[in-house]
Amino acid sequence: MEIIKINKVNKTYPNGVCAIHDLSLNIKKGEFVFIIGGSGSGKSTLIKMLYREEKPSSGEITLGGVNVSKLRNYNVYKLRRKIGVVFQDYKLLPKLTVYENVAFALEVTGVESRKIRSRVIEVLEQVGLKDKIKTYPDKLSGGEQQRVAIARAIVNNPKILICDEPTGNLDPVISMEIMDILEKINKESGTTILMVTHDIEIVNKMKKRVLVLKEGRLVKDYKEGTYRDEDI
Amino acid sequence: MKIFRTFFRSLRDALKSVIRNFSLSLASISCITITLVIITCSIVLSKNVANFTQEIEKDVTIVAFLNSDVTDEEREDFELSLKRMDNYESFEYQSKAEVKKEMEEENETFSAILKEWDDEENPLKDTYTIKVIDVDKIGETAKEIEKLDGVSSVQYGEGLVEQLVGAFDIVKKVTIIAAVALILVTIFLIINTIKLTIFSRKREISIMRLVGASNSRIKLPFVIEGIILGIIGSVIPILITIYGYTLLYNQLHGYVFSPVISLVKPMPFAFYVSLIILLIGMIVGMIGSSRAVRKYIKV
Repeated sequence: MEIIKINKVNKTYPNGVCAIHDLSLNIKKGEFVFIIGGSGSGKSTLIKMLYREEKPSSGEITLGGVNVSKLRNYNVYKLRRKIGVVFQDYKLLPKLTVYENVAFALEVTGVESRKIRSRVIEVLEQVGLKDKIKTYPDKLSGGEQQRVAIARAIVNNPKILICDEPTGNLDPVISMEIMDILEKINKESGTTILMVTHDIEIVNKMKKRVLVLKEGRLVKDYKEGTYRDEDI
Repeated sequence: MKIFRTFFRSLRDALKSVIRNFSLSLASISCITITLVIITCSIVLSKNVANFTQEIEKDVTIVAFLNSDVTDEEREDFELSLKRMDNYESFEYQSKAEVKKEMEEENETFSAILKEWDDEENPLKDTYTIKVIDVDKIGETAKEIEKLDGVSSVQYGEGLVEQLVGAFDIVKKVTIIAAVALILVTIFLIINTIKLTIFSRKREISIMRLVGASNSRIKLPFVIEGIILGIIGSVIPILITIYGYTLLYNQLHGYVFSPVISLVKPMPFAFYVSLIILLIGMIVGMIGSSRAVRKYIKV
């Protein structure tokens, strides 16, 4: 039951920088996977290719049966509706309230308003922000903003959730709160989660699969790994 | 159903965005307002120039005098060949008796002199006042009429008419070119203002893409927003057109300097101009925003 299949992927940027070298990797449905690596290891490029912000130069990436490498630009939105993406800088729409931000991801798919309302309230409850639905993002703390972003990412019931250093801007206590939410999503909904991080504590505490990237190559793949300094 | 839902959500998003980005909206709206006021002025001006030159041209006529000994048959022949001419529009006939009567009424001295002659001896001539279709060709037409049988002489204000027509033609062309140039410049200006305001929302557009909005779903609210800005921006110019022009017309009693240079009546002219202004505002707003967004969505 592989939900993500990466087969012999290479990525070279137009400026000649080779970010990913012959990478092959499978991720099963329901897995929780950490991707770690130093700067320039290609981890950002890898997940950018997963949500099709970048295209691989060669090789194939399949997400839930969709060949991402062959997806046309004007069809990218169809993939984005099936996956959720969470970023370090939250990427919330500043002029929309918490409720509107989460609802937007559903509205663009054309769902009926009645269904949107109940679903949005449901996910906001899940991340513990039900009492802030009318607040604007700039009035929220970093942790709260990230929870809104997670709510928005899961509102479509995606099979895959991609997180790009979601705790990068947060202090350790708040980071662990975010990790608890992510783990709950992973366990309760069976959502496959891929998370890029360089937070040692989180990786060691969670005891999940860890992929280590170095200079664009997959160098380690721990089953219930812990993060070791010499890996990077 | 889904299409309607998408449309209404886009409309709602557009309204929200106009209100929540109010300072930016105001920049675009005031730019549209100012330029539309200028366009309004140039349209009103060029239409008025066109109007009064046309009015004056209508009054330009050829006067043909027939020989004194002309018979009724010859006169009928003359009328027939006149009607066959390309540039002929209409004529008015005055017999020499009518001309005499008119002149007698006009002036006492004339009246005294003319009374010396009875109708048989009347030295005056049967007169045709002829209107032409194209005033530009009045000279040629006058020459043609002169060649007809029974014509004694032809008058049409030689030289003066040609000069007047030429001058009006230049004025008309200049005002139309100025209006068109102004419209083009304003369109460019508005598009750039909207582009600037949308540039500040580049991040917003990239986030919309990230959460799964299709290109058209991203574009639609911006396009509607542009149309709304255009409509709001044209409110003041429309008020100026309808109330301002009517006021001006009434103040001047419908003419400038002399009744010859008459103004276009405010109704329904002001409504047509308003409609044009509204359409320009909407179209320009729409083009401006859709072109600006297109830069930031990957096609």
